[in-house]
Amino acid sequence: MTDSKTTTKTVNVTSKASVSVLFAGDSGDGMQLTGTQFANTVAVRGSELNTFPNFPSEIRAPAGTISGVSGFQLQFGSKPVYTPGALFDVMIAMNSAALKANLKNLHQGGIIIAGTDGFDEKNLKLAGYPEGVNPLEDGSLSNYTVFPVPVQQLTREALKDSGLSSREVDRCKNMFILGLLYWLYNLPYEGTVEMLQSKFSKKPLIADANIKAVKAGYYFGDETEIFANIGRFDIPPEKEHGTYRRVTGNEAAAIALAAAAKKSGLELFLGSYPITPATEILQNLAKMKKWGAKTFQAEDEIAGICSSIGAAFGGALAATNTSGPGLALKTEALGLAVIMEIPLVVINVQRGGPSTGLPTKPEQSDLFMAMYGRHGEAPLPVVAASSPVDCFYTTYEAARLAVEHMTPVICLTDGYLALSSEPWAVESPDNLAEIKPRIHAARKPEDPPYLPYKRDENLVRSWAIPGTKGLEHRIGGLEKQNETGNVSHDPDNHELMTKLRAEKIARIADTIPLQTLDNGAEKGDLLVLGWGSSYGAIKTAVDQAIEKGYSVAHAHLRYINPFPKNLRQILGNYKQVLIPENNNGQLVHIIRDTFLIEPVGFSKVKGLPFNEMEILAKITDLIKEL
Amino acid sequence: MTDINPTTALTAKDFASNQEPKWCPGCGDHAVLQQIKSVLPELGVASENIAFVSGIGCSSRLPYYMATYGIHGIHGRALPMATGLKAARPDLSVWVATGDGDALSIGGNHFIHTLRRNPDLNIVLFNNEIYGLTKGQYSPTSKLGLRTVTSPAGVIDHPFNPASLAIGSGGTFFARAFDKDGKFLRSILLRAAQHRGTSLVEIYQNCPIFNNAAWDAFANADIKAENTIYLEQQKPLLFGKDQKKGIRLDGFKPIVVDLEKSGVSTADLWIHDETDINKASILARFADTDPDSEGALPRPIGVLYAEDRVTYEDALTEQVRDAQKNGAGTLAELLKGDNSYVIK
Repeated sequence: MTDSKTTTKTVNVTSKASVSVLFAGDSGDGMQLTGTQFANTVAVRGSELNTFPNFPSEIRAPAGTISGVSGFQLQFGSKPVYTPGALFDVMIAMNSAALKANLKNLHQGGIIIAGTDGFDEKNLKLAGYPEGVNPLEDGSLSNYTVFPVPVQQLTREALKDSGLSSREVDRCKNMFILGLLYWLYNLPYEGTVEMLQSKFSKKPLIADANIKAVKAGYYFGDETEIFANIGRFDIPPEKEHGTYRRVTGNEAAAIALAAAAKKSGLELFLGSYPITPATEILQNLAKMKKWGAKTFQAEDEIAGICSSIGAAFGGALAATNTSGPGLALKTEALGLAVIMEIPLVVINVQRGGPSTGLPTKPEQSDLFMAMYGRHGEAPLPVVAASSPVDCFYTTYEAARLAVEHMTPVICLTDGYLALSSEPWAVESPDNLAEIKPRIHAARKPEDPPYLPYKRDENLVRSWAIPGTKGLEHRIGGLEKQNETGNVSHDPDNHELMTKLRAEKIARIADTIPLQTLDNGAEKGDLLVLGWGSSYGAIKTAVDQAIEKGYSVAHAHLRYINPFPKNLRQILGNYKQVLIPENNNGQLVHIIRDTFLIEPVGFSKVKGLPFNEMEILAKITDLIKEL
Repeated sequence: MTDINPTTALTAKDFASNQEPKWCPGCGDHAVLQQIKSVLPELGVASENIAFVSGIGCSSRLPYYMATYGIHGIHGRALPMATGLKAARPDLSVWVATGDGDALSIGGNHFIHTLRRNPDLNIVLFNNEIYGLTKGQYSPTSKLGLRTVTSPAGVIDHPFNPASLAIGSGGTFFARAFDKDGKFLRSILLRAAQHRGTSLVEIYQNCPIFNNAAWDAFANADIKAENTIYLEQQKPLLFGKDQKKGIRLDGFKPIVVDLEKSGVSTADLWIHDETDINKASILARFADTDPDSEGALPRPIGVLYAEDRVTYEDALTEQVRDAQKNGAGTLAELLKGDNSYVIK
C-alpha cells in the first residue's frame, strides 16, 4: 500500500489549532459516511473532536432541493473542542442547494469546495436560484475562497476502467471528496481504505472503485495547482496517551445501561418502540446480548414502558427509551411506576415539538413534561446529560438512582447529543460507582409478615423479587396502605403516602454530589446556568468571556430533580444568572419557582443547538448592563 | 407458608390472600377465582414462583385475592407487563386476569401482539359483554342492539369475536368455558396452564348487575344442551339433549344434522381436531350466530385450538445463550468496545 504522507509533493503546510468542516450535499450523496470517515481518521490520529450530523427526516427528500440537503459538521483540534463549531471554516458543497442552505454559517473568508457538477442548470433551478444565476460565477462569493472542483467528472475519469455502471461510479464521488480533504488536512487515507475493504469484502469491484476514488481525490489535491495559494493545513494531534473510542450520545447511553446492569448484578431489560432520534439506543442494546441484554421491541410506546415495569417487578434493571411523543404516551405508566416504587430508567431523547414537531432536530422542551407530566402528585428524579460522552455517565447515574431509591428516573438527552460524537477515554470498570439493589432476603415462617412499603432511612422500600419465598405480595396503581401495601382509600393514609413519596425523592439530594462550577470564579457578576446539550456552547463562550476579562462563571446541571443542595448558595454568589435553553424558558420557571430569584432567560427554539457566538453575545450584553 | 414440598401439600386455601373479594354478590368472578385457586396446587409450582398480572376492571382485582406475587396495573396494559415479566423471568408461572373491555378495547393492540409473540402466559378473559366497574356501558363484545347507558337506542358497533381474533392474531391456544360450570372450567384452566405458550381462556362470565342473563341461552340447564357443544379431541361434534344432533362439514360449511331424522351416522360427522387451524377458524365463527336465529350453530365449549410453537422467552433466551456461547462479555470489554484506538 502506498503511504499517503510520504508520496505527497512538498507544499506549504500551515499549522492550525482547530478547524470546523462541513460536508454538505444531497441526502443521496453519502455525506454522513464521508463525515464519519473523516472524523474517525482525525480521532485515531489523536485529535480532539466533536461531530454533528444534520439531515432531513425524510429518507430520500427530493434530490437537489434545499430540503434534501444532508450535512455532517465536525470540529477537530489540538486542544479540546466542545462544539462542532459555531461557524465552519471549510464547506464542502456537493450541489448548489447545499451551498445555499449553509452559506450563512460559513466564516467570512472561509473555504468553499464546490462540486461543480452539482451547479448545473437543473441543480441551480432545484435549489431555487433565479434563471441564469450561478453563485460560483456571479461574484457573490467574493468574500470567500472558492475552489470549484468537477468532482463527478474527475471521479468518472478515475474509474473509467472500473467495470462499474455509471450510477455505481457516481456513487463513489463522496470518496473522491474525502480523499481531497485528507490531502488538504495532511491526513492519512489508509484507515478509510481498510474500512472500504472490510465493508465491501463481498463486492471487490465496489471496494476497489471506492479506494481508487479516495486516492484520486488525494492525488488531485497533490497535483492540481488550484490550492497553491493556501497550501495544506495541519492540526497537530496532542491528545494524551491512552485508549479511546468515539461514541455518540445514543451509543454511550446504551453502553451505560448494560454497564449498570453488570455492575449491579442485575439482568438488563429494555422495552422500547422505535422513534427518532432515540432508536439507536434500542439498536445498540439489541447487539449487546453477549452482555445479557434483553431487548423487546414492543408494539407501541405504552407496551415499551409497561413491559419494562413487568421486568422491573421481576427483578431486572429495566429501562425504556423514547422521544417526546413517546414520553407523552408513557405518562400513565410512569405514574404506575411511581406508585409501585420500582426501579425504571426512562431515557428521553428530546426533539422539537409539540406533536410530531421536528423529528430529527434537537430541542430541550420536554423538561416540564419530565418534571410534571403525570397526573396526581408524582415526583420523580430528573437528570440531564451534557455531552455525548456524558450520556454514559448520566444514564449510568440514572440507573443507580433508580435501583438504589426504588423509583422511575427520567434521563434527558436530545437529538443533538444522540447523534453527535466525541472521543472517550476508555473507562475502567473500577471507576464506575457501585450500584446496590435493595433486594429483600427470603422470609422464614417465623418472621413477621413482609411489608412491601416499609421504608429505610432514605424512605426507600425494599425490592421483593418473585421467586423469593415468603415475600409474595400484590402491588399496583391503587393507593396503598402505608407499609402493608394493601389497597386503601383512607383520606389520611393517601395524604401520608403522597408526602412520603415526595419526601423520598427530595431526600435524594442528600446522596448526590454538590453542584460544582465548570468554569469561572466562585463569586462574580454573572453565572451562566445551563443544562443538557448547551454545555459545549456555554463552556466555549464562557471561556472566551473570561479571556476578555468579564466576571463570568458557568455551572451546568446534571441533577434537575432534586437540585443539588448547594445550588441556592451558588446562585446567590452572582449579581445575575443567565439561563440559555433550547425552549421557551422552562428551567427559568423552575429556578424562579424554587429559589425566588429572577434569572435572565435566553431562548432558542429553532431545532438547532446553541452556538458559542450567540451565547457570548448575550453574555456581553448582560455584562454591559450590569 | 410451610416448608413442606408444595407439589404435594398445597391446597386452594394456600393460594388465598388475606384480602376479601369485593365483587358483587352473585358475580361470576367469585366462581372463576375459586377454580383458579383450586387448579394451582395441581401445577406443582410454589406460590412464590407464580405471578398474577392484571389491568383495570372488575376481573382485574383478582391478583389481590391470590397469595402469590401480583401486579394490578393500568387499564389495558396487563399483557405487556406480563410479557416483560415473563421475558425477564422465564422461570415464573405468569397469569393474566382481564376482561372484555380491558383486553379487547383499550388493550386491543397488546392483545393481538401478545398472541402472535406467544410468551408462555395464561390469560383468563372474563367476558361479560359489558363494562362493570364503570357501571354498565357497552363493551367491544356487547351484542348488537344491547341498550346500555351509552347506547340508549341500542349498540350499533359490530362486536368482536374473541376466538376469531385470537386465532387470526396467531394465538396458539384458545378455549372457552363458563363461570357456572366449575368442574369443566377447572379442567380447561388446567389444560391452559399446561400449554406452553400463550393460552387464552374465554370465560362466559355473568354480570348480575349490568348484563344479567347474557349467557343464559348457553348456561341454563333446560336449554343449554341445544345451544352448546362440548368439544373433545378426536370425537365427533355431538350435542343436544341425548346427543342426537351433530355437525357435518359440507365443504367449509358447518351444517347441523339430526342423527335420528337425517339418517346421517356419527361416522359422517366433523371429528374435532384442535390442532387443525382451518377447522378451528370455522369453529370460532360458530359464535357469530345468535342461538335464537334460523340455522343457529351451537356454541363450542372446550379447547377450540392448540398449537405447539416456540415461546417468545425461549427464543429470546436462546439468542442470549447463543451470543454467550464463548462466554458472557465482561464489563471491561463492554466499556472498551470493538472500535477503540490507542494514542501513543
